[in-house]
Amino acid sequence: MLAVFRDLLRYNIEFAIGIVLVGLVVIFACLSFFSPVDPSLIYMTIPDQPPSAQYWFGTNSRGQDLFWQLSAAFRNSLMFGLTVAILSRIISIAVGLASGYIGGWVDRVLMFINDIFVAVPIFPVLVLFYFVLRNNLDSFTLALIMACFGWPFDARLIRSVALGLKHREFTRHAVFAGMSTRKVLLEEHLPYVMPIIFSTFMNNMLWSIGLEVTLAVLGFTNINNPTIGTVLYWANSHSAMVVGTWWWIVIPVILIVMTFLGLFLLAISMNEYIDPRSRLRRMGA
Amino acid sequence: MQGYFWFVGKRALQLLAVVFFGISATFFVTHLSPIDPVEQVLGRMTARANFAPEAIVAMRQALTEMYGTNEPLLSQYINFWLRLMRGDLGPSLLAFPTPAMALVMRALPWTLGLLITSTIITFVIGNLFGGLAGYAQDNKFFKAFGIVAMGLQPIPYYIVAFILLIIFGFLWPVLPISGGFAMNVTPGWNWTFVGSVLTHSILPALSLVLVGFGGWFIGMRALVSNVVTEDYVTYAELAGVERKTIVGGYVMRNALVPQFTALAMTLGGVFSGTVITEQVFNYPGMGSLLIDAVNAGDYSLVLAVSTVSVSAVALAIFIVDLLHPLLDPRVRAE
Repeated sequence: MLAVFRDLLRYNIEFAIGIVLVGLVVIFACLSFFSPVDPSLIYMTIPDQPPSAQYWFGTNSRGQDLFWQLSAAFRNSLMFGLTVAILSRIISIAVGLASGYIGGWVDRVLMFINDIFVAVPIFPVLVLFYFVLRNNLDSFTLALIMACFGWPFDARLIRSVALGLKHREFTRHAVFAGMSTRKVLLEEHLPYVMPIIFSTFMNNMLWSIGLEVTLAVLGFTNINNPTIGTVLYWANSHSAMVVGTWWWIVIPVILIVMTFLGLFLLAISMNEYIDPRSRLRRMGA
Repeated sequence: MQGYFWFVGKRALQLLAVVFFGISATFFVTHLSPIDPVEQVLGRMTARANFAPEAIVAMRQALTEMYGTNEPLLSQYINFWLRLMRGDLGPSLLAFPTPAMALVMRALPWTLGLLITSTIITFVIGNLFGGLAGYAQDNKFFKAFGIVAMGLQPIPYYIVAFILLIIFGFLWPVLPISGGFAMNVTPGWNWTFVGSVLTHSILPALSLVLVGFGGWFIGMRALVSNVVTEDYVTYAELAGVERKTIVGGYVMRNALVPQFTALAMTLGGVFSGTVITEQVFNYPGMGSLLIDAVNAGDYSLVLAVSTVSVSAVALAIFIVDLLHPLLDPRVRAE
């Protein structure tokens, strides 16, 4: 594992940049554990202060120190992305492996359901959930709903790998040795799809954080819980650009771009690492 | 040809299933929730004015009758489908008594126009440049293009639209940033109106294109750089076939097939992007309508927008799937 990491750092510039960007954002988000202020309180400092030595990222019109506010916001958003990614990975692994290995009508039924989920536009559905749940829609419920929609693409990918594994020698050995289907899938096939899971993990986080930002900016989540999106929501509702508190918009946007670019670079460099041909090309062999 | 009919039949079945499950889910999410539309509307109405208690009771009765919430869920569900077949989802509360469907139909052309144009532009630019970049891998221009594509691709629609809004709204105000056409233009088939519509659509479409083309570019570049190493390409090159024919007829055409499949799968996501873009640029389409409806607590309108958007996206995917065999003769033969 460590050797893989070292190789990636040495031969893959995208991975190195990605890890630096994501690392910076994660460190910044972790600082919120040492935050001297409660990020949900308002009017704790002088409002509308530009960035200075005392307030590194300035303060907003709600009297919050933006440094600690954003730190908490990024922690919440990253946690949200992780939750969605982990939950939807579980569904996609289960569906993908079962569908590929068992085949037959199980495969057909699962892929039929899969195709339905691919075709449903997720955004109106999420808005619908907000519409009926209103303030009962906390971030865990939202994560759960998004996880239910975030698996179909990756389940198909995993299925295609599982189809190939099914006819390999070792699978037959395992079956003749008396391993149950569950055991074959978990102990024999799962390690083979792990690289795909890692790279789709990042993509899924991008997708879910992006959707959360969008929903929050429109005010369709719990707006009192600091996340990347709600910071922008409050900035918009106080017309930050018009009033001239540009740091309230510009700093979060820079951090968001850093996060997304970093996660994306990690995802594609891992994808490339999975494909041995492109890995060899890069290492100059 | 018989194979093609089988293919169409299977896809049509899938389309019906998607529409059926999508719309049923919409219905059950709204009707199984603990929130009662009648009380919601009543709360909104009584908050604005003083009503006599008897008037409130009468209003509650009328609303219950209108929404039919006193009936059992199953008969509500059957009723919902029967009314939907006639295209009737009840009056909108946002613009009472205009039917919700009429509002949706008014907004639909805007969204469709924006969605179709930007999807076509995105698909063509991304695949053309991606294909050329995969073929000419050492070209400096395409390398730079690839970096830009990669940098833009992961950023959420909202952020890109918002950055465009800041650039063209505050820093360099040359393009209209709000609405579907200028306020002082009367709609009709004349040049001023069409021109106004076009200039107003530049920024919303641009934000969709900027986010979208990167994915196609990266995918196509990878596909083409694999196809280029195939023996038949080397053979064609040795046989002295013109460069243009090799790139256009042999390499790109083969690489385009998986991209076309991917097009059908991304339509749902592009629709979500359109909703957000419309909201940012205040474009009079389905997205703005949906958001207004949620903010106003308009039950029928939210149901109508979700129903129509689920069906429209499913239909679009179906159409793309039908075009697929025309591009790839192998699918037709199966």
